[in-house]
Amino acid sequence: MAYFFLRTLIGQIILIALEALAVLVPLLIAVAYLTLMERKVMAAMQLRRGPNVNGIFGLLQAFADAIKMITKETIIPAGANRFLFLFAPFLTFSLAMLAWAVIPTGSGLAVANINVGILYLLAISSLGVYGTLIAGWASNSKYAFLGSLRAAAQMVSYEVSIGLVIVSVLLAVGSLNLNDIVLAQQHIWFCVPMFPMFIVFFISALAETGRAPFDLPEGESELVAGFFVEYSSLSFGLFFLGEYANMILMSGMVSILFLGGWLPPLGIAPFTWVPGPLWFIAKILFCLFVFIWTRATFPRFRYDQLMRLGWKIFLPMSLLWMIATAGFLLATGMLPQGAS
Amino acid sequence: MLQLIFYVFATILVASGAMVISARNPVHSVLFLILAFFNAAGLFLLAGAEFLAMILVIVYVGAVAVLFLFVVMMLDIDFTKMREGLQKYAPFGAAVGCILFAELVMAGLHWMFSPVMPLPITGGLGQMGGPVTNTGALGTLIYTHYLLLFQLCGLVLLVAMIGAITLTLRDRPTGRRQIISLQHERKRADTLEMMDLPLGQGTDANGGFLRPHDSYYVTAVPGSYGVPEAVEEEHEELVVREGEER
Repeated sequence: MAYFFLRTLIGQIILIALEALAVLVPLLIAVAYLTLMERKVMAAMQLRRGPNVNGIFGLLQAFADAIKMITKETIIPAGANRFLFLFAPFLTFSLAMLAWAVIPTGSGLAVANINVGILYLLAISSLGVYGTLIAGWASNSKYAFLGSLRAAAQMVSYEVSIGLVIVSVLLAVGSLNLNDIVLAQQHIWFCVPMFPMFIVFFISALAETGRAPFDLPEGESELVAGFFVEYSSLSFGLFFLGEYANMILMSGMVSILFLGGWLPPLGIAPFTWVPGPLWFIAKILFCLFVFIWTRATFPRFRYDQLMRLGWKIFLPMSLLWMIATAGFLLATGMLPQGAS
Repeated sequence: MLQLIFYVFATILVASGAMVISARNPVHSVLFLILAFFNAAGLFLLAGAEFLAMILVIVYVGAVAVLFLFVVMMLDIDFTKMREGLQKYAPFGAAVGCILFAELVMAGLHWMFSPVMPLPITGGLGQMGGPVTNTGALGTLIYTHYLLLFQLCGLVLLVAMIGAITLTLRDRPTGRRQIISLQHERKRADTLEMMDLPLGQGTDANGGFLRPHDSYYVTAVPGSYGVPEAVEEEHEELVVREGEER
């Protein structure tokens, strides 16, 4: 009975909605605890205690912050473009959620296992800049505007090297499907043979999400808070959630492309007992820890240094590596012969 | 169902296309243009061309339109001036529009649908074995049959890129520049002088205040902030030589 109902159109829609919920609810909880993790880890690195009042070890801190943020007043500045001003945080947040549709947490365990999964991820992450750009323009404030201009140039620059790094991985995989990308790493994770590209990708991911040391779009010492100075209450909260969800997404991409996704480090007994999704989560947590570690360690880049790193170092390096990978695969006959 | 989705996409596409040219605010125009790109990508998806859809979003929405928006956002818009421009350019615009429309009508009148889809070049794809995704099909075509055209496209883009760089590159001698390798080569002994000072006398007894070693000024551009005149003269030779190396 239930089976037949699920085959109808309405049943399918309900099923997809449930699948989406099964991804989004854990994601939002993860975002809440990522903020706590960031504060705790940074506190430990700076010999402080971090939040420890709300709940045991401050476990309820994230929810206290969320309630505070929701109950504040939304202020729309005079002269702001009302619709775009409110649309921008919504866009940032929903794009950060949308990308999770194709991330496989286990073999074939994705809401949509599409053929061009990696291109979909690239497309969604390249759209992220619009939330920032629109927010900066619609706020009608010079600090916000300067922040959004910086963000636009920064994201477009680093997308180029991210794209080229992905191309070198795809050369070794022979498919654009995220599932196939992970399965191609059964023998060896790509972070070993492509170690330089792993580093380039990780640093570009830092720049793409606007995290320290590349947090120039919000550089609080020069631009107050950058593109979201004028935002308050829930609209600020959406930017905040979007930024952290993007961090988790980028960590997920690093895990899938270079750290073997849900695969255990070795295909032998004690490692294979742990289910795949747990490995995936562990790898994401590791990447997130490095994100926070970086923030606690490095001072902010100057803008010309940022551009120099992106265009004069990463771009030629990843281009060269791409050609070298293609040449190596062709010379050794290891080029994947093609289904897609 | 599929037809319904097609008409939704197509309607929004045409409507946002119309809004691009009718919106008062140029920023709104660009945003509508982005909406139009999106719906075009949706139509590609419906046609089963998922690769083209994604590339359309990545290239046009993710890069080209960002730069459009970037430029348009910085415009200082004066609406009254735009009105004047409208009256001035209206006849010319109308003429171009009429010509384009006439051409479209002429092409449309003689359009004939061939009863069978000719597939001469895609014929070889079937030999690859297994199902062919459209990414694979496109790649096979581009890198075999259309290789020359594809490479020529790349060359055209390269020429455009070099042109853009040539137009915008200005080699200003007054600009502040860093020579990163020189900065990395600096040792502590090059820049700092350690002094053993008697208590309460300060640095005066040892010939003035603590300041960076002279080699600091070699990496600095003459005339920029913080380079004293005297040192500049003293090291003129050195500075000039550095300048030539650049």
